[in-house]
Amino acid sequence: MHPALQGLLTIAIGVGACIGYFYFSNIILDKVIFPARGANAGRNINRANLVRPWLFLLPGLAALGLYLAYPVVETLRLSLTDRDLGGAYVGLENYRKMSGDPKFWEAMRNNAFWLLVVPAMSTAFGLLVAQLTDRIRWGSIAKSLIFMPMAISFVGAAVIWKLVYDARPLGTEQIGILNAIYLALGGDQPMNWLTIPFWNNFFLMVVLIWIQTGFAMVILSAALRGVPEETIEAAIVDGANPFQIFFRIKVPQIMGTIVVVWTTITIVVLKVFDIVFAMTNGQWETQVLANYMYDQLFRARDWGVGSAAAMVIMLLVTPILVWNVYNARKEMK
Amino acid sequence: MDNIAGKKPALIWATHISVLVLVFLWLFPTVGLFVSSFRTADQIASSGWWKALFPQEQNTMIRTASPETQQQIDGNYVIEGNLFEEEGDAAGEISAWGTSSRDIAAYGPGETADLGDDGQLTVAANGDYRLVNETEFSGRRGERVFLTAVTPPSFTFDNYRTVLFNGQATDKMGKAFINTLTVTIPATVIPILIAAFAAYALAWMDFRGRAFLIAVIVGLLVVPLQLALIPLLSFHGAVVEWFIALVGTPMEDNARRFAEVGALGRMLGFEPGDTINSKGYLGVWAAHTGFGLPLAIYLLRNYMVGLPKDIIENARVDGATDFQIFTKIILPLSFPALASFAIFQFLWTWNDLLVALVFLIDSSGETTVMTRQIVELLGTRGGNWEILATAAFVSIAVPLTVFFFMQKYLVRGLLAGSVK
Repeated sequence: MHPALQGLLTIAIGVGACIGYFYFSNIILDKVIFPARGANAGRNINRANLVRPWLFLLPGLAALGLYLAYPVVETLRLSLTDRDLGGAYVGLENYRKMSGDPKFWEAMRNNAFWLLVVPAMSTAFGLLVAQLTDRIRWGSIAKSLIFMPMAISFVGAAVIWKLVYDARPLGTEQIGILNAIYLALGGDQPMNWLTIPFWNNFFLMVVLIWIQTGFAMVILSAALRGVPEETIEAAIVDGANPFQIFFRIKVPQIMGTIVVVWTTITIVVLKVFDIVFAMTNGQWETQVLANYMYDQLFRARDWGVGSAAAMVIMLLVTPILVWNVYNARKEMK
Repeated sequence: MDNIAGKKPALIWATHISVLVLVFLWLFPTVGLFVSSFRTADQIASSGWWKALFPQEQNTMIRTASPETQQQIDGNYVIEGNLFEEEGDAAGEISAWGTSSRDIAAYGPGETADLGDDGQLTVAANGDYRLVNETEFSGRRGERVFLTAVTPPSFTFDNYRTVLFNGQATDKMGKAFINTLTVTIPATVIPILIAAFAAYALAWMDFRGRAFLIAVIVGLLVVPLQLALIPLLSFHGAVVEWFIALVGTPMEDNARRFAEVGALGRMLGFEPGDTINSKGYLGVWAAHTGFGLPLAIYLLRNYMVGLPKDIIENARVDGATDFQIFTKIILPLSFPALASFAIFQFLWTWNDLLVALVFLIDSSGETTVMTRQIVELLGTRGGNWEILATAAFVSIAVPLTVFFFMQKYLVRGLLAGSVK
């Protein structure tokens, strides 16, 4: 069967099954198990209403449990076992093996730089664009153009930026804009930007900053709109200059949103995989955790160490997870 | 408030210019790829794409027509033609030319070069040439001519033709495009439906543990899907083995291959010896559904909570069941939130590489998706920018179109989806 047909069939079956499930499970609940008739009509209605939420939730919870909750536990278990020994429990052996691997520490170091640079730069640029475009007439066009990279895949972005970083031998025309500018400014020979250890990390980060700035801008722009007009007018009356208005009046009022943007981008950074995979594949000292994990799982075929690396990512995400849950609960009260 | 007090005209100008610069910086890399996808390999290699929009001076080597085309005129052997037409380019303006790679600008337009035994060559500014010799020309190939010429911008659709329709196997994006679409659409539609019901329960039904469940979903929002790769791959393998055992008998050495097929299996079209792959569309649809659900439920619940309470309570008083309230009232009213999530999920599944690599693409490569195909091209044809740029642009074009037409919903979704 052609996969496209198979896809259509899946949509039909999937949607049909969902609707059928919800429809018939409700009917069975109301008509068969707890019928709203006879002596116990009132009690049955109440009982049916106790069960119904769980009917609505069941498919969603089942999928969430199977595809997100169970893997966390299972990955933890796998990280304590050895596949070659038939899945025997080996304690922290995988973690010990991993911490003896220089590539792991390279990934940790690089991830630390990614975590410092990307959220900071994306948020800063996003805030800058949001503020600058706030009051100009063509602001919405400018914003939508800067927002555009959000729609581009990491892989597509990798190709786009590889062209920017492209290097040709000295004496031929440069087709990468960065080398063309570098040579025009007096550089003596074209550079292979992605192979210069340490600094190449920053050339990779530029790609993610380029993508995430649009996200930061959209959120912060909405937050800036929400700053009460009176506070700004009062500041103007008091003789504040535009910079003071921005840094002393607006930024403190949207601090909460800035933190949200920052943490959201931090999570994206922790999971960054495609960009490194497509542009350098971790060569020239550009390894990051997610790519290291992929290497361990599917190239070295070492599920123990791969799972241990995944647990490290999970561990790094956990503080943000706790913070988000804490805030969500606070908001609901 | 267009011209608020406290803002100086100079500052307003500075604002406009900085925004212009930022937009330019953000757009420049993408435009580069776009322009490159319409240039030939030669053009890309010989000049930066930013020069492609203007007439440019280029050094090229073009051969005259081969000796087969020679004619006898007045006792001399003559080869005539236009150099630009030999290469297919229609026009250009020659400023200098030569016949040796060591001195490519030896002659001006209209001058005649004496090639010794090979005759005399005259090249005009518009590319017309005339090669004259007293003896017959021999050999198979024409004379080499090195040109310094200004050529007008020229663009071509050839790259798209190559990449989409008649390239070699590795260039075939056409099939990868269909595959990507096949992954994307069910992976977008199915989670929406499942999430909508769950979101309704979490927003409008009262039960014990509701607050806890919402907190769990907020937590799951940030769980890295990296953790799910191995456990789910084993799980999909186990499902396949279970399925084989259900409709037939598995082979002893390979549990994922049929030794015999039962009646049910025959009805489904299986034969003994068939292998069921644990990687495939079903797996990738399920995985995308699972990974998309937390955001879907979270977004939809936040939206549904904000719907007016009166409508729902009135409906309840009128005797509507929860199922009716959901399908007749909540679902139509939640359209903006449904659209937001649909766009998110579409962009995410279309642009995804990791999930497809792990759950979909097997060793046969028949089910490859575009992102995977591009990474492959980066490895094998890193220098062929005309192929790479075009392939990348084919995959980017669809999300960009969706983005520009549905931006409103995307922004709305982002604002509702970021955990406050």
